[in-house]
This record gives sequence, structure tokens and C-alpha cells, in this order.
Amino acid sequence: MANATALAYLVSAVLFILALKGLSSPVSARQGNVYGMIGMAIAIVTTLIVANKPILGLIAGGIIVGGAIGATLAKRVQMTQMPELVAAMHSLVGLVAVLIAVAAIFHTGDHHTGIQRIELFIGAFIGAITFTASVVAYGKLSGKFGSKPLVFKGQHLLNLLLALAMLGFGIAYFMTESTTAFLMMAAIALVLGVLLITPIGGADMPVVVSMLNSYSGWAAAGIGFTLNNSVLIIAGACVGSSGAILSYIMCKAMNRSIINVLLGGFGAEAAAGPAASGAQKNYRSGSPEDAMFLMGNAESVVIVPGYGLAVARAQHALQEMAHLLHEKGVKVRYAIHPVAGRMPGHMNVLLAEAEVPYDQVLEMEEINNDFSNTDVVLVIGANDVVNPAAKSDPASPIFGMPILEAHKAKTILVVKRSMAAGYAGLDNELFYMDKSMMVFGDAKKVVEEMIKAA
Amino acid sequence: MGDVDPFVINLTIFVLAIFVGYHVVWNVTPALHTPLMSVTNAISGIIIVGAMLQVVDIEGQTITLTSVLGALGVLLASINIFGGFLVTQRMLEMFRKKEKKS
Repeated sequence: MANATALAYLVSAVLFILALKGLSSPVSARQGNVYGMIGMAIAIVTTLIVANKPILGLIAGGIIVGGAIGATLAKRVQMTQMPELVAAMHSLVGLVAVLIAVAAIFHTGDHHTGIQRIELFIGAFIGAITFTASVVAYGKLSGKFGSKPLVFKGQHLLNLLLALAMLGFGIAYFMTESTTAFLMMAAIALVLGVLLITPIGGADMPVVVSMLNSYSGWAAAGIGFTLNNSVLIIAGACVGSSGAILSYIMCKAMNRSIINVLLGGFGAEAAAGPAASGAQKNYRSGSPEDAMFLMGNAESVVIVPGYGLAVARAQHALQEMAHLLHEKGVKVRYAIHPVAGRMPGHMNVLLAEAEVPYDQVLEMEEINNDFSNTDVVLVIGANDVVNPAAKSDPASPIFGMPILEAHKAKTILVVKRSMAAGYAGLDNELFYMDKSMMVFGDAKKVVEEMIKAA
Repeated sequence: MGDVDPFVINLTIFVLAIFVGYHVVWNVTPALHTPLMSVTNAISGIIIVGAMLQVVDIEGQTITLTSVLGALGVLLASINIFGGFLVTQRMLEMFRKKEKKS
């Protein structure tokens, strides 16, 4: 029986890996997702069969109610809300890891060996940190808590002291199997989770969300060690690696180290460097009709969308406009910076929702060399990702960050609500170039005007 | 490999799984990074297995702290599983190539 169980779990694990493998292209992805569902079903059914006197009513009830909530969320969530949904879901994994660890501790009659106690400790503290950190991330992304970083003096020292206290209780639990020590450790971990995320600002969230994605995997793997369950370990390790890779990609794309992000680097510092200073610089501005005229007469147009586009819910209108350009014989493509949006791949999903064909949507590496051959670039809702200072000005806080080289195009159109600085609090030289033209207004309204002018 | 501690066997599996995960995920196309996050959320719902194993009869009792916490865990994990796979499916359908509207 134990062998059959292990084999069934192995099949589940393989199906999960195939699900991830399917994401190498949109063509294989849908099939991959189905494999994942089957793998999960196999794991659940196998567990039901091998559990020692399971209480079927409670289990079925949990699955039905939870499933209904999950299905409803999946159906109703707007694509612009994906980052917060993902953060909320991470928090649930963390919470479940803690619940399982606590349930195991209180499982009367069960005595745990030394190694098991270490495993329980690890599973519980990673789970607890993941839980509260994700709740805070959810709050910041959904706007329920402020997205401004909350920094206070001595916070790093406080975090360190708490981490030591947590370790202390963990050791106490390890030596005495005291449930109180365990609970104290978990409680401190919960607090640490909050304190880790509050100093981090809104636009650093892609890294944070990826990191929490990773932690939720390690929490699951930790519980897998505790329960001696291979599919938990394998699935947890895959999810953990996935999140870690995404975090790495996000950090490289912002040219910041993960330590820098976690210690509240960006939003917290006073913008050292050429901030939006008083010196009057000249810029050209024009109307949506002017912009449309320029684009209509171009051979090639590249659109650089940013988070502002998502906030204005302008992506559908944008695609309509792009379609009109296409009918005039203009070659239209979209250029996506890796950290555009609030989570990895966010802009791609928003554009896909607006029915933009995915072969028109190119990543930064694919399209950066084409900007010098491009007639018109339309920057809409993006700012820092096209700021040439990242390449040219060593004093700039964003120096070294890879950018979309929109400044090399022949004409640059920038749609913005005003001349106010972007997230990094920096002025953008792109706006003042002779070949640039600002189009002021709300992204959605501006694009709608452009459509009318076509 | 007889008499090997289960911990060491688990560690072996864990390390190999990290390598597999690493290589598989580097091949995910950046356009699909958001569905990657939602499907990994769904997969981490595998923790439901751990929760289910706590919802058991303990010395004749069905409603205990352990079983209730476990049941709550089952519920929360189910949200991730159903929510994760279904929202991933929804997003992947958006990446379907549409016929050109003429």
C-alpha cells in the first residue's frame, strides 16, 4: 500500500512538472494546466485512500466551500487585480503550513523526534512569515494599506532582535518539545512577516510578490519533510525555485540586489540625484489628433505600455487604436519592460485580455535593437523604463537599470497626465528631447480621442 | 541504500527537485510569467494533502483541535487549488491566437 501511494504521488509530481513545462509557449500551456489539475486530483484521492480514519464530512465540506470560493474569485477577478490575488493566495499557503504544524504539535499521542522538530519549526516559521508578509503585500497592492514605504529608525535592529528571539524559542522547543515555545516562535514569525514588507514601496512589489511565491513553495516543502511526503517536497521545491527565478529576473531588470529591495531601498531614500528640479526645461506638447496624424503616417510604430495604462483601464482602447493603425498599413508592435506592471508578465496578460496578438508583444531584449529603425514610439503609462539617464547619468538612482531604448526612435510621443515625476521621483530627459511630444490627459481619454481622429 | 534515514532520502528528492524546477522554469516564456505565478499557487495547494492527514479520528474523537485546524487548512488550500488552476486557465485562453478580423 505504501508503495502504491508513493507511486501515485510520483505520478502527481510528474504531472505538476509537465504543467510548468507547458508554459514554455502559449500553444502548450493550456494542455499543461490540465495536467496540473489531474496531478492534483490524483494526489487528493490517494491521500483520502491512505489516511488513517479520515473524517470525510469535514474534508468534503472544506473542499466544496474552498473550491466554490476559489472558482468564484477566478471568474470575477480583473486582470488588473492579479497581483493582489496572487499575494492573497500566497498568504493562504503560508497560513495552511502554520495550521498543519500547529495541528501536528497538538496531535495528542504523537511524539516527534529531533529531526521532526526541526522540520516542524522550519515549516511553521516559513509559513508564518509567508502568511503575514503576503497579507501586507495584498494590502499594498490593492490599495487597502498605503503603498508608501513605512520606514522607522532602528527597524533593522528590531527585525534582527525578533529573528534571534524566534530562533531562541525554536531552540527551546527543540530541546523541550514545549508547545508554548513553539507557539511563541510562530507568533514572532508572524510579526516579522509584517515588518519585512511594510518598508517596501509599491513599484518594488514585483520582486516582493515573486519572493513570496518562492517562500510559499519552501513552506510546502517544509511540511513535506515533516509528513515524509514526497509530492509535497517535489511540488514545494519546484514552486520555490520558480519564485526564486522570477525574483532574480525582476531584480536584474531593476538593476538592484534583492537585499537592497528588502531593506526598503528605493522608495525610502530621499531621491538623491536630479529630481524634478525647478529649472524650466522646454518640452513640446500636442493633441491626440496630432499624435494620431504622426502615427498614421509612420511605417512602424512601437507602443511602450506601463502600469499607468492598466490603472487607466485603457488597454482595450489602445488595441482598437493599434488595429486602426494596422489597417492603414502601419506595423505596430508592443515593447514590454520586464518590470512593467506590478508583477512579472503583468503587462502581457493585460494586453492579451485586450486581444492583442501575442506575436506583436515583444520583450525588451527582442525589440531594443529595433528602436533606431522605428518611426514613432508611443509611451503610454510608462516612465522610468524609458529614462535615458539609466544609461547616461552615473549620478542617477536608476543608473545601470536596463531600459527600453525608446530615445533612439525618430519620433517619441508620451502620454501622461502631467509633467509630474514617475515612481522613482525622477525627471525624464526623454520628455525634453526635440523629437519628443507630450500628449497630456488620462490615458483612456487620450486614446479614445486618437481613435476618433483616425 | 538500506537503513538510510528518511530525512536523507527526502533531502535527495528535494535537491533534485530544485534542479528540475530551476531548468523547467527558466524555459517559461516571459509573456507567461503571470500564469506561471498563478499555476504555482495552485500547485502549492498540494499542501492540502498535509491538511487532510490531520483531519482524522484521534482516539475516537472526530472534533478535536487538530481535526478542526486541519479542516480549515483543507478549505484554504482548496481556494488556492480551484482559484489557481481556474484563473490560469482563464488567462491562458486570452493567449489563444484569434482569427484575423477582416
